[in-house]
Amino acid sequence: MKYLTTIGLEVHVQLKTRSKMFCGCPTGPGAPPNTQVCPVCLGYPGTLPVMNGEAIRLTVMTGLMLGCAISPYSKFDRKNYFYPDMPKNYQISQFDKPLCLGGSVEIDAGGGAVKAVRLTRIHLEEDVGKCIHQARRSGVDFNRAGVPLMEIVTEPDMETPDEAFAFLLALKQMLLYLGVSDCNLEEGNLRCDVNCSVRPEGQAELGTKVEIKNMNTFKGVHVALQYELDRQLEAVRTGERIVQETRRWEPEAGATAPMRSKEQAHDYRYFPEPDLMPVVLPPAQVEAWRAALPELPRQKRERFAAQYGIPEYDARVLAAQKAVADYFDEAARGASNPKLISNWVMTEMLRRLAEREMDIRDCKVTPAALRELAALAEIQAINSNTAKEVFAILFEQGGDPAAVVRERGWGQNSDGDAIGALADRVIAENAKSADDYRRGKEAALKFLIGQVMRLSQGKANPQMATEKLVQRLGRPGGTG
Amino acid sequence: MGSLNTLTVRQAVDHLEQGACSSEELVRDLLSARTALDGTIQGYLQMDGERALAEARHADADRKKGRRGRLLGVPLAVKDILNVTGQACRCGSRILDGYTAPYDATAIARLRAEGAIFVGRTNMDEFGMGSSTENSAFGPTRNPWNSACVPGGSSGGSAAVVAADMALAALGSDTGGSVRQPAAFCGCTGLKPSYGRVSRYGLVAYASSLDQIGPLTKDVDDAALLLGVMAGPDPRDSSSVEALVEDYAAACGSDLKGMKLGLPRDYFVKGLEPAVEAAIRAAIERCRELGAEVVEVSLPHTSVAIPTYYIVATAEASANLARFDGVRYGFRAEGAEDVLEVYAKTRAQGFGPEVKRRIILGTYVLSGGYHDAYYVRAQKVRTLIRRDFEDAFKTCDAILAPVAPTAAYRLGEKMADPLQMYLGDIFTVPASLAGICGLSVPCGFTPAGLPVGLQVLGPAFGESRVLRVGSAYQKSTDWHRRRPALAAEGGR
Repeated sequence: MKYLTTIGLEVHVQLKTRSKMFCGCPTGPGAPPNTQVCPVCLGYPGTLPVMNGEAIRLTVMTGLMLGCAISPYSKFDRKNYFYPDMPKNYQISQFDKPLCLGGSVEIDAGGGAVKAVRLTRIHLEEDVGKCIHQARRSGVDFNRAGVPLMEIVTEPDMETPDEAFAFLLALKQMLLYLGVSDCNLEEGNLRCDVNCSVRPEGQAELGTKVEIKNMNTFKGVHVALQYELDRQLEAVRTGERIVQETRRWEPEAGATAPMRSKEQAHDYRYFPEPDLMPVVLPPAQVEAWRAALPELPRQKRERFAAQYGIPEYDARVLAAQKAVADYFDEAARGASNPKLISNWVMTEMLRRLAEREMDIRDCKVTPAALRELAALAEIQAINSNTAKEVFAILFEQGGDPAAVVRERGWGQNSDGDAIGALADRVIAENAKSADDYRRGKEAALKFLIGQVMRLSQGKANPQMATEKLVQRLGRPGGTG
Repeated sequence: MGSLNTLTVRQAVDHLEQGACSSEELVRDLLSARTALDGTIQGYLQMDGERALAEARHADADRKKGRRGRLLGVPLAVKDILNVTGQACRCGSRILDGYTAPYDATAIARLRAEGAIFVGRTNMDEFGMGSSTENSAFGPTRNPWNSACVPGGSSGGSAAVVAADMALAALGSDTGGSVRQPAAFCGCTGLKPSYGRVSRYGLVAYASSLDQIGPLTKDVDDAALLLGVMAGPDPRDSSSVEALVEDYAAACGSDLKGMKLGLPRDYFVKGLEPAVEAAIRAAIERCRELGAEVVEVSLPHTSVAIPTYYIVATAEASANLARFDGVRYGFRAEGAEDVLEVYAKTRAQGFGPEVKRRIILGTYVLSGGYHDAYYVRAQKVRTLIRRDFEDAFKTCDAILAPVAPTAAYRLGEKMADPLQMYLGDIFTVPASLAGICGLSVPCGFTPAGLPVGLQVLGPAFGESRVLRVGSAYQKSTDWHRRRPALAAEGGR
């Protein structure tokens, strides 16, 4: 029997606000434990939360970007459970009236196909602290407690771990585009829980749902899903019943293990947070935010193709990451041939960045330098190999490409007389190849051009070298 | 002078401004009164005399330097549920042992900005849960009028120290009647402002949608004065409201001409002690004589207010009190093997029986399967109760009612039967659920010599109206000036 697999995701995104969700404490990473705390985020007796309007705005902006319906009336609720990293032993979250409903994220479903993964909702909640376990005791760092956290919940629309992975990549790309989060996985800016199930082909209702927690990377999500779906498939094939439960991904073991069953599931006893007023968003406010949305990948793609005349494929690659798109945009603006800029970014630039695992924003080749380099190559002031070398130097050291070329004496020689003289010498020294060419052996010309280049130490304009050689050798005698 | 402790706040302010006494002398007299009386009354949990004197001297020095303030050098007692920087804040509970407030509640900060000093912390039912102050982890407070009787609660300590002249005035908090009822039991004046009128920031939460800070004073003028300082929106409390803060002192007139006062027929029912009813009826007559027109009104959902309150309040309390877990501050039980045991032992040892009862009740009414039947339904009933008052205030300016069905009862009398104790809140809880304001003023005594309180209810943010009624009534009576023999004799 064939089985179908179904996956849904819950993604927690730390929002990039200056202060926490309910107090004025800073949110930046890396501070010593419990130095970014105050009575409010420590849940001291008598303190009250006050909503950070920026967290609402960023969540709504995300919702607008992802095509969600924005709730004109939304509220916050208390989610009750005990855990040492929870200052109040309840988390302020949103239960039945989230800020955003619906929406979708387009993912690359392989083979160039695009698939829309539907969103159920996006809501806003406060982050908790972090337990730090030492050999004989445990501590809690509350620096993160109260940082605004946006939870994005998908419909069970993904069918493979690859799709889940693609979803996370696409979502991250969008979030970075909007600038609502740093999306730094190592710092826990982006965390993800997974729901998955298997069912026989032809069965309409989904199989028993299993939740997996504790994946810290997108790859972790991928391998955990692969493991868990295999486990479930194996189980149903051998007639075992899948139980509804929460499992924990254990990266060292490369396996999921039971965490709690449905019976042990928390009863969170949600009720409306009496300390916060409901959020009422007037349509005019939402529209003003919508108008302030930045250009999104698809719009950017279309604009790149139209404005710069670059192929659809190039536009897609360049628009994929906001930082790359911004770089290209700046370099291509005012370039005589934007397609050349596109080539540089898509080949040399992305390859070297990938090798170094670098962000384009940290690259030493400025967009202006790249534009100049492309121009030098285009007017054949340097040949293409030299241009690549110049790029390599700029990549390491930065600087002005013209200066690099000048300092190293790499200027391309386009002096017709000088190149003509070299051509004469090469023909004289390689009579056999010259004859071969005259007899119709095209490949011989390439060899002769190479010799001209060698004699010129690579500086000869290759096109001019070709012209001079052909002038002297005449058209090939035959074509046979 | 030796009797500065008997002054009202306004009298003390006048004395201080005219140089008739210093703040230090005021505090000394309070400390003497406390030494004489509090062994019996047990109204204060804590009073650091040296520190209070130092602060008083500081205020006196400030005055010499030209500082002014509406309450400069005025000592106030504070219910143990309000955060005052550097003071313990135990909420009448063991679970906050060792906790020192790192900040001022907004109400405290505003009073402090006017020069008030905070000289002592008063006893209370643990976390405000109770109507007799018998639920304090530190032992009960006794009623100054009869030490065999309870002072009411939960702000029983605040009411008792004001009634016994151990304080000029005190702050309390009212969730279901915790300012008004002890004021009535002890024969002092107590004001519960409308929900949102005074910032709750720094008031340790019992039931967040009901809690309000209110003054317990020797007369209505003092209540108006203190409210005027504390009232107004606070950026730290989203539930505080922008509604206009009126000149409450100016509202305290002396007649009731043109005012329509409503009598809720639903409050004059079986169970209302005849002596209490007689005092209330007499007070109503007096209001009529002062020029008010008295009309009957109906509050038909009164009978379901108590169950509604015990669902809403306990549900919120079950979450509010979850933070007392021994992890970050306060008491932590010893000998726990893991974190679950830390929670269980700390909370088992740290909370008293009434607090546990309400946490369990609140947890139950919110739990899966019961949430809709209890919590959701209670919220609907709460809306109906609010509408009762909205309708009533269409035909009257304020409502007159008893504060409680009885006068103070004997210690231990209702401890065995929590339900009986809960029913004592029947006339105060509806106003709390509706978020409106209410004032309790002394209006007579029972034959046993225990004070009776008249409750004046006004619409949300209609504090001026209830203060006007209470003030006019007090200007034509002297019930509020009577003092228990205990205090007059200077202790026994």
